[in-house]
Amino acid sequence: MALVILQSDFARRYTGGQTQIEVNASDYRSLVAGLERRYPGLAEQLSLGMAVAIDGEIFQTPLLEAVGPDSEVHFLPVIGGG
Amino acid sequence: MGNEQNTFRVVGTRPVRPDGVDKVTGRAEFGADHQLPGMLVGVVVRSPHAHARIKSIDVSAARAVPGVLAVVTAADLVDLPSELSSGGEAPINFRHVSHNVIARDKALYEGHAVAALAATSTAIAAAAAALIKVDYEVLPHVIDVLEAMREGAPLLHPDLFTTGVTPTPTTASNVAGVTEFALGDIAKGFAEAEVIIEREYTTQPVHQGYIEPHAVTATFGADGTASVWCSSQGQFMVREFCAKLMGMDIGQIRVIPLEIGGGFGGKTTVYLEPLALALSRQSGRPVKMVMSRGDVFKATGPTSGTHVKIKLGAKRDGTFTAGEMTLKYQAGAYPGSPAFLGGMTGLTPYLFEHAKATCYDVVSNRPKSAAYRAPGAPMAAFGVESAIDELAQQLNIDPLELRLKNAATTGMRTLYGAKLPVVGYVETLEAAKAHPHYSAPLGPNQGRGIASGFWFNIGGPSSAAIHVNEDGTVEVVTGNPDIGGSRASMAMMAAEVLGIDFAHVKPTIGDTAQIAYSFLTGGSRVTFATGKAVIEAAEATVLQLCGRAAKMWKVEPYEVEWRAGSAHCTRVDDTTRAPVTLAEIAHQAGRTGGPISGNVSINAAGAGPGFGTHLCDVEVDPETGSVKIIRYTAIQDVGRAIHPAYVEGQLQGGAVQGIGWALNEAYLYDEKGCLLNSGFLDYRMPVASDLPMIDTVLVEVPNPGHPFGVRGVGEVPIVPPLAAVANAVSRATGVRMTDLPLSPPHVLAQLDRAKTAG
Repeated sequence: MALVILQSDFARRYTGGQTQIEVNASDYRSLVAGLERRYPGLAEQLSLGMAVAIDGEIFQTPLLEAVGPDSEVHFLPVIGGG
Repeated sequence: MGNEQNTFRVVGTRPVRPDGVDKVTGRAEFGADHQLPGMLVGVVVRSPHAHARIKSIDVSAARAVPGVLAVVTAADLVDLPSELSSGGEAPINFRHVSHNVIARDKALYEGHAVAALAATSTAIAAAAAALIKVDYEVLPHVIDVLEAMREGAPLLHPDLFTTGVTPTPTTASNVAGVTEFALGDIAKGFAEAEVIIEREYTTQPVHQGYIEPHAVTATFGADGTASVWCSSQGQFMVREFCAKLMGMDIGQIRVIPLEIGGGFGGKTTVYLEPLALALSRQSGRPVKMVMSRGDVFKATGPTSGTHVKIKLGAKRDGTFTAGEMTLKYQAGAYPGSPAFLGGMTGLTPYLFEHAKATCYDVVSNRPKSAAYRAPGAPMAAFGVESAIDELAQQLNIDPLELRLKNAATTGMRTLYGAKLPVVGYVETLEAAKAHPHYSAPLGPNQGRGIASGFWFNIGGPSSAAIHVNEDGTVEVVTGNPDIGGSRASMAMMAAEVLGIDFAHVKPTIGDTAQIAYSFLTGGSRVTFATGKAVIEAAEATVLQLCGRAAKMWKVEPYEVEWRAGSAHCTRVDDTTRAPVTLAEIAHQAGRTGGPISGNVSINAAGAGPGFGTHLCDVEVDPETGSVKIIRYTAIQDVGRAIHPAYVEGQLQGGAVQGIGWALNEAYLYDEKGCLLNSGFLDYRMPVASDLPMIDTVLVEVPNPGHPFGVRGVGEVPIVPPLAAVANAVSRATGVRMTDLPLSPPHVLAQLDRAKTAG
């Protein structure tokens, strides 16, 4: 099971304070679907303005990125630059 | 392709940039240089008030002037809903972009566009613009970030409710949003501390200061499609933004990128482009618009002014136990400051088990902030790196040793959650320690400052096409404007893979009809991401070249190997087939299957984060407060320098811009919120005579996410200088400097205050 770790501030608003969530998923899309099943409405929050770090690698526009059974997943704001 | 050292033939050399001669001889075509037959001159009418309701706009007198062929107001752009959409560098509220291009109901800063017109000459346009009557109801204004956050402050947007807080507010506020990052237990971390430093810092908003003002030429064809020539950091960004604001399909607009005379993040949005399109659509003629320097200062994005509070806890041996940042950033007229990026970067150079950042995005009556190299990071780093310097003094530990003791390493968990991939921060600190600069003696009134900085660097969508010409020369087409010497890097990477001379590769920046989509030039992504696309396109081309050689030799493709620019037959004991060069294969291409080319579009992942460490020596005149930079060394992990001279240039440029931010640059407003210093004479950026040669050290810890090990390099070098300079001045004077800029009057006032106090 991949481990999703949420910022406590984000978790307070969308997951009732749950910051660590285990999800059975093979890629980003199925991971978000799994989260949505448990926390309806969360997928919409993640679809806009959030990038994802899977095992430390940041993806700004994720969809099909692989998620392993031991993966650690963090959501973070999309990063711009100058 | 591996990351082995010293195996490159072209990468790491220093050829002359392909665009250099045209640029230094004046032949290069920048934004203001483009001309079209029958072209009109477009001008903008701007608000003279910092905050005003627009009661009415009467354009009738202007429209009646002979030679005026179009007049537009906000009504000529689509009235977009307020919602976040994908686009540009981050999710964007295009209603805000549209209102920033031309005010709809309220002017939110002095210089905010309220109308535009096009005429047959500059004189007619200026005279007609003066006849546009705007009836304003002047409103109270607010500029300072803390003032804007106060209850009862003039409210910019009655429909702006703070996001990121619980419960959702029911009253409007200038605080657009709050973002929080937390790691561990911050209270526990401070409870474990034996020494705590808590300080407040301020930085002023500064402009990117690009030499070339914004300029555009736009024309509509008879079929309703449009063409736009402009200098920007992304032709695809301009196309997308214009389509949205004009209510057009993306395919109806072609954007042709001209040379760009500096951007630094400030050209990652649109200002004039939609207005030129609207004027051209109305007049049926091409329209050219060029900003003055005053327009640039008054109406385009500076970076945020900030108020930063830092609290650091440590053991007496220097081990950090907790770090906390409270970051309040001006967004300007519309939400979207980089406060959250300050929160994600400020503490990242160090291992903290317990850390927290609370980031406030605050609107005020200034131009909407725009990206500026490593957006948001320098201000947070100024606070953190200053506090670390003070901590080092309190603990009597060498500031480099204190950083080394706590330095971020590969696999460290950051405040934003993710673990760091392979990074070379420690290597930059070790290089600083070993550099002669660090042990050089200092004279009277001199001080040495040290500071470090971090930036993520990003990847994203990029496209590249390689065409092999009939004579064996090669074209490389990419979709990213060249703002830092990227043409040379693209050509060098292609030459490396193809095994041919750099001189035989011609790099070109394609327009939106010539190359597939590429995300804009920003975030230090081009040499990494577009470079990766170029490498893959070159590899695809090599496959074709080997296939053609196989046909020529009547062998199987797997029996052909590409080495040093030639196809070699690997069939054992076959000496009849001599190697054939790329040029020989190209010459026969028509007979072996047609032209040879490689086209690749990717969404590049694997960007390698960057760290830098800067050393700065200053001399302070105690009589005047004047600060002179006497020595400066910028050290950075660059992964792999494709063209070391241009990488060094990035480090030097970033350092100089940061020095200006630290010492001189600031916007000065009168009591009505109007800008007093909208020109380079009064807005003082450093010039060559102000500075010593900026020394550089390129540390190369290859990024495993790139075939050649490339990391982005353009953002990191502006992160450390603010604190490096302030720490040097603090050590030279014995007075801790917490507010920028360190102009002579300010430094003198701090010295006088310290004398009075003690």
